[in-house]
Amino acid sequence: MSTSQVSGFNTQVSAPGPFGGPAGPTVRAVHDQFHGDLLEVSMGPQHPSTHGVFRMVVTLDGEQIVKLKPVFGYLHRNHEKIAENTSYLGSMPYTDRLDYLCSMSTNWAYALAVEKLDGQPVPDRAQYLRIIMAELTRLLNHSCLVGFLFNDLGTSFTPLLYAFREREKILDLFESLSGSRMMCNYQRFGGCRVDPSPEWLEAARRLAENYPRFLDEYEAMLTGNEIMLARTQGIGRLNSTHAINAGLTGPVLRASGVDYDVRKIDGYGVYPRFDFRVPLGAHGDTYDRYMMRILEMRESVKILSQAFRDLPAGPIMDPKAKLRGFRPKAGEAYGRIESPKGELGFYLISDGSPNPYRYRVRPPSLINLTLLEEMCLGHTVADAVVILGSIDIVLGEVDR
Amino acid sequence: MSGRHPLLWTSRSQHPPLHFTFTHSTPTLLETAEQIRDRLVTRFPAAQIVLVPNPGPAAEHSLLLDATHAPDIARFLRDDPVLRLDYCSNVTGVDWPDKDITGITKTSVPDPAGGPPKIVEQKTVRRQPGCLEAVYHLYSMALKHGPVILRLCTANRIDAVTLPSLTPVWRACDFQEREIFDLYGIVFEHHPDLRRLLMWDEFKDHPMRKDYVEPDDYEWEPTAHGAVLERAKAHLTPATTAIKEGPKP
Amino acid sequence: MLGSGIIKGLAVTAKNFVGSYYDPARMTTVEYPEQPTVLPENYRNFPFLVSENATDPMGTLRCVACQICEKECPPQCIIIEKSKDKKPDANGKMQLYPAVFGIDTSVCMSCQICVEVCPFDAIKMDKVFEIAATDRFLDLYLNREQLAKPNTYYHQIHPEEAAEVDGRLTADRKAAEEKAKATAAAKAAAPVAAPKPADSAVAPKPASPAVKPQDEPRRLVSPKPGEGGSPLGEGGPAKSS
Repeated sequence: MSTSQVSGFNTQVSAPGPFGGPAGPTVRAVHDQFHGDLLEVSMGPQHPSTHGVFRMVVTLDGEQIVKLKPVFGYLHRNHEKIAENTSYLGSMPYTDRLDYLCSMSTNWAYALAVEKLDGQPVPDRAQYLRIIMAELTRLLNHSCLVGFLFNDLGTSFTPLLYAFREREKILDLFESLSGSRMMCNYQRFGGCRVDPSPEWLEAARRLAENYPRFLDEYEAMLTGNEIMLARTQGIGRLNSTHAINAGLTGPVLRASGVDYDVRKIDGYGVYPRFDFRVPLGAHGDTYDRYMMRILEMRESVKILSQAFRDLPAGPIMDPKAKLRGFRPKAGEAYGRIESPKGELGFYLISDGSPNPYRYRVRPPSLINLTLLEEMCLGHTVADAVVILGSIDIVLGEVDR
Repeated sequence: MSGRHPLLWTSRSQHPPLHFTFTHSTPTLLETAEQIRDRLVTRFPAAQIVLVPNPGPAAEHSLLLDATHAPDIARFLRDDPVLRLDYCSNVTGVDWPDKDITGITKTSVPDPAGGPPKIVEQKTVRRQPGCLEAVYHLYSMALKHGPVILRLCTANRIDAVTLPSLTPVWRACDFQEREIFDLYGIVFEHHPDLRRLLMWDEFKDHPMRKDYVEPDDYEWEPTAHGAVLERAKAHLTPATTAIKEGPKP
Repeated sequence: MLGSGIIKGLAVTAKNFVGSYYDPARMTTVEYPEQPTVLPENYRNFPFLVSENATDPMGTLRCVACQICEKECPPQCIIIEKSKDKKPDANGKMQLYPAVFGIDTSVCMSCQICVEVCPFDAIKMDKVFEIAATDRFLDLYLNREQLAKPNTYYHQIHPEEAAEVDGRLTADRKAAEEKAKATAAAKAAAPVAAPKPADSAVAPKPASPAVKPQDEPRRLVSPKPGEGGSPLGEGGPAKSS
């Protein structure tokens, strides 16, 4: 058996060896001497466990990962360049396509940055609606993520389909409000586009009310599962110092015990009026990252019930807000929100023209991958898949 | 490989409990950008630190650092007990192309005939050299304040496009500096792994630059207009323009 | 006990399995295409052009070729060419009309921005989603004949929104008529010492349409005096929201 037949991949390990040697050794045939030899495997871009067109170049010693290099750009469409050639309003539907699971949050982040750039006030009702949308988005993102995580663990499709069932209910709400399930295009600078009817609010309130029942069922199925505990506890540990330095945000960071939630820190929108807690992990392993999602969903339900209770009447758009011919004042602004994936920021420079001079997305999915290699080193390929799943990436946002 | 995977047959109760936090913190920065600048100037007398005002309503002013002292200043800002900017949130590039600034100078020439002095307008065109800029948004996770915005400028846009990498200070800059290198062409010195991030390795240009020219790989589309139509003209044939009228009823 | 977590999980799946036979909350799929889902009122897919009259769609388009949507469209999938001549619109006012109006639905991303920026309520979102074509360019390019759909169709797919739009347009039209009436009365009053109020009151009467959402030909055939020469884009059903 020749070398190339064995692996099917490029068997020349050209980079310096992970053990400090010069260049890595050439892979020999499997039957000859398996242990101690390095094998370079390209996982992705067409791999079901990479959640899209993400590629990891993994160097393996046996089944153990000794090196991992993420490769991006398969979904790159230069969103920032497109936005710099489009009006401010014209970029709004494109932001839906960044994190296509959470278009409502992404819309909000962009609207927030533009409002900060222009000093645009937002009426109270719109602020509450934004929080309702963002927290519903968090529910659907985290339910899906947990489903995908178990899919990565090899539990087939069952948890994912249960999650999709619940997600579909939220997407139906989004569809009846904004016209589209996923590409909502709902937020505008200075408010929201559509005012929900009382029936819609009632349906959403009932959904949020019933959500803990689904979470209980979900947890009964998953949280105590011994196989799941064995596969996630102690896997992909991340300590808080490294996580902070690498700029990780969101549930991944909080699983390592760092108390940092932009909803609490910046208090954007009307979040300071809400009473909710931020869960923190103790170990920073995959299990904690899973639990973060479950606990955050429970807090989101609390926020939602408060939002439906306190939702004020009034306009949903600031009367001075302009839809067409919007030209913000010259200046720059960095607006950020706590999206379900982490800190999603938009950095805008305006020169007073209808198009942004500079438009930048700070993608939490991309930056949360900074420590992927460190988290995966020493684990097996099967664990790397789970660790990647627990980081929660969406390739539309990673590659932009 | 044995021993790496202790089978943790633990139930949930044996896993140490996760805890919650209730804090509502205030996002105020202890020091203004001016105060930080003044403190940095006393700490690094040789460094050139310019306060760049932000005229917009956000009013987040930034500090333009010189390239040589930037890593030291960054390290100082990270470790300083008052600021502790341990979290670098956003790193991005901005392209400022060369700009021609036309100034009009008016000089009054006394009329030799004794009348009122004539005012002669003279147009001067001054070329403001462009630069590539890297912008860093820093926050503190420990003290929960921010942002402090740092800017670094290259000498020009053509050959002197080197800036010191801040990845050794904040690992968060790793991918983002690679992205700037990819899309803007700023070369970050001492970056551990400076490769293209989003475009493929063989790609030549830097697409986010303002003067980037798209390759002429026009794909026919029925609704070309404006700039696209201009580009399309070289590719259009009479047959392809005819469909605009649609089928005759 | 070891394994109790797995057994608990299996109980959940068993509950869902059995529940899927009688509990509608657990059985959420529909048998498409035999069983179509009900699309919500706000559902949007691709834009269409509203025409007042089903029998003469090209003559009664609300669109006046102002090209705002063409400029605002983020992916630039709309193409409009203005007409050389003017035709009377639904109000009987002389307006331009789109000589060419095309939407490339292979580029359109259904963002609804064209609908939001249109000051004439001339373009609305359709609900047709079963669109398949064999030619990726020509079949997905919709010209104005394919795009024009009567107001009755708009009422079918978005009843509430269409009623609101019609009410607004009627109100605008009425206001315009009042104004025309007032100016006509003023004109009549100025040269003649004793104006006949009956004349000016009667003249625009047939122009006031009922608030009825049907495709009655609501178009005035002859332009009203004093309004025919008004510049484009002034008055009319324009209402910027």
